[in-house]
Amino acid sequence: MIKIKDLQAGIEEKEILRGIDLEINAGEVHAIMGPNGSGKSTLSSIIAGREDYEISGGTIDFEGEDLMDLSPEERAHKGVFLSFQYPVEIPGVTVSNFIKTAINESRKGRGEEAMEAREMLAMMREKTALLEMDKSYLSRSLNEGFSGGEKKRNEIFQMAMLQPKLAILDETDSGLDIDALRIVANGVNKLRSKDNAVLVITHYQRLLDYIEPDFVHVLYNGKIVKSGDKSLALELEAKGYDWIKAENA
Amino acid sequence: MTDLAQDLLSSFVIAESELNGSKNLAVVNMRKEALDRFEALGFPTTRDEEWKYTNLKPVLNRDYKIMLKSESAVSFGDIKQYLLSDLDTYKLVFINGKYSSWLSESTHQSYDICTFAAALNKYPEILSTYLGKAAPSGETFIDLNTAFADDGAYIRVKANQTVDKPIEIIYLTTEENGSTFSQARNLIVVEQNAEVQIVERHQNLGNDESFTNFVSEVFAARDARVSYYKVQNDSIKASLIDNTHVQQETNSNVHVGTYTFGGKLVRNNLHFYAGGEHTESHMDGITIIGDGQTVDHHTLVDHMEPNCYSRELYKGIYLGKSHGVFNGKVLVRQKAQKTNAFQQNDNILLSDKAKVDTKPQLEIFADDVRCSHGCTVGQLDQSALFYLRSRGIPKREAEGLMTYAFASDALEYVKIPQLEKRLNRVIAGKLGINLEFAL
Repeated sequence: MIKIKDLQAGIEEKEILRGIDLEINAGEVHAIMGPNGSGKSTLSSIIAGREDYEISGGTIDFEGEDLMDLSPEERAHKGVFLSFQYPVEIPGVTVSNFIKTAINESRKGRGEEAMEAREMLAMMREKTALLEMDKSYLSRSLNEGFSGGEKKRNEIFQMAMLQPKLAILDETDSGLDIDALRIVANGVNKLRSKDNAVLVITHYQRLLDYIEPDFVHVLYNGKIVKSGDKSLALELEAKGYDWIKAENA
Repeated sequence: MTDLAQDLLSSFVIAESELNGSKNLAVVNMRKEALDRFEALGFPTTRDEEWKYTNLKPVLNRDYKIMLKSESAVSFGDIKQYLLSDLDTYKLVFINGKYSSWLSESTHQSYDICTFAAALNKYPEILSTYLGKAAPSGETFIDLNTAFADDGAYIRVKANQTVDKPIEIIYLTTEENGSTFSQARNLIVVEQNAEVQIVERHQNLGNDESFTNFVSEVFAARDARVSYYKVQNDSIKASLIDNTHVQQETNSNVHVGTYTFGGKLVRNNLHFYAGGEHTESHMDGITIIGDGQTVDHHTLVDHMEPNCYSRELYKGIYLGKSHGVFNGKVLVRQKAQKTNAFQQNDNILLSDKAKVDTKPQLEIFADDVRCSHGCTVGQLDQSALFYLRSRGIPKREAEGLMTYAFASDALEYVKIPQLEKRLNRVIAGKLGINLEFAL
């Protein structure tokens, strides 16, 4: 589904990613772990199309298309979704208007008809229930005054509504208590299928107890220095990141 | 070079003989005195502190027809788009300074909703009680208006009456040949515990430039409630100086909303005099302008008595080569303890060529007050923009959505749903967004 080759990127002369290689196929769940500052969030932002970074080399191929040529909205239309580590508050725009607009703009971008109001409403009802959200969420201003947990749940709600092919969850577990974590993870698991893929970016192993990865990668200093199965996550949890740092010093 | 001030002075003699109320000696004297003051003051320049950021020269240096009063065949179809068509209202329509009884719907039943000229002749007592009592003399545009203005809206709501439907006031210019200078005047008297809603606009339907010097005096007696909405969406050839002065007595509540989208140069001088305890003074507005437009909001709240509240929220969105000015003065006199005054002016510049000058001014002479003020000038938040785009919303729509969200809380106090909808539609149009965002 997505093939990242030798991706190098930075911001204002500062090198952050120093040659990332990563391939994710449909139906797979990958986890990227790593200490703070290793480049995890940069990688997810670049896949989603954030323009603040300078790409100095490499390619990102998404279903046969070069993602670098596409705007953030075009990537979303193709099925790329980023759950933000820090979702932005937008006063004056309600969650329901926002998601309606997002769905219909994505459909328009793919040359599809707008979703019928009734269908939209039914879907909103179903997905809020899945994430154990009160319906009053829908009429609140987007993320404004939301608790950390509410913001993250709202991200997964959007993911559930938009049904992306590739969902990138950037530190979705941060700021979540154990109940909220279970609800969010359950939401993600329900959305998994053989046709889509999930990339989980996390500092801790905790989330991976709930969303089981097929592959675990360790990102350190802008490079993937180790890959393995889910046991690698457990090893990191037990031993910390120091041995990785020592190995790559 | 033409000199509008000289033209005005020399045309006064002829004008005066035609003005309404000219048989009334008090009116004649009032006009003459006002003209003398205007002659002494002249038009302001950018050297005057109050006009530092707005240069009137391009508007003043032009040949204007001063006494217009021409008949014009305007049909209801021509003005329909400027009315709240889905709402029953009283209407006062003026065409080139002349009242159009054909297009208007006035009343004298429970309240007087008619013309200033008629009121001057019919109710001489209003002159001594109200005329010129809210709008201070010694301000050049007010004096000029006092000298010349002979018509406009007259609204008087007697005690304990609530006007059963909103009042729309429309000033039209239709001149096709030559620029016009016009001056109209409103007098709005809302007596004890009475209530009224007013929607006002100036509209240039002609091909040439128009320049309007307008005065509106509002008197809100004890417990009176007034909502006064100014829809400023005139053509790019129209310039307006709006002087609106509101006098408030105990426990009255007055809201003036100013929504500015059109016009070449618009200057709003909006003054509130809170002369009784427990008054509420609300002023808010949205300004969205583009290439070649200047909008200048100069406001004053004068807190004279204790325990009063004022709220001021102005939002500005500037596109193209446009210029915005905000100067909000809050004066809290020594006696006005426990004043609660809020003032906020937020601006977004959507172009490198747009410019905003914003200046809050607080003068506080009482020691037990709560006053807050703030102003911001910025661009759209790039992180928020990326967030919206990453959900599939195209850049232009995302910008529109964010700008709309930024502006829309200044519409919170609009009490006429049809007007709110109308304003939403205009804003959406200006920002090029789909209204589904908002509704």
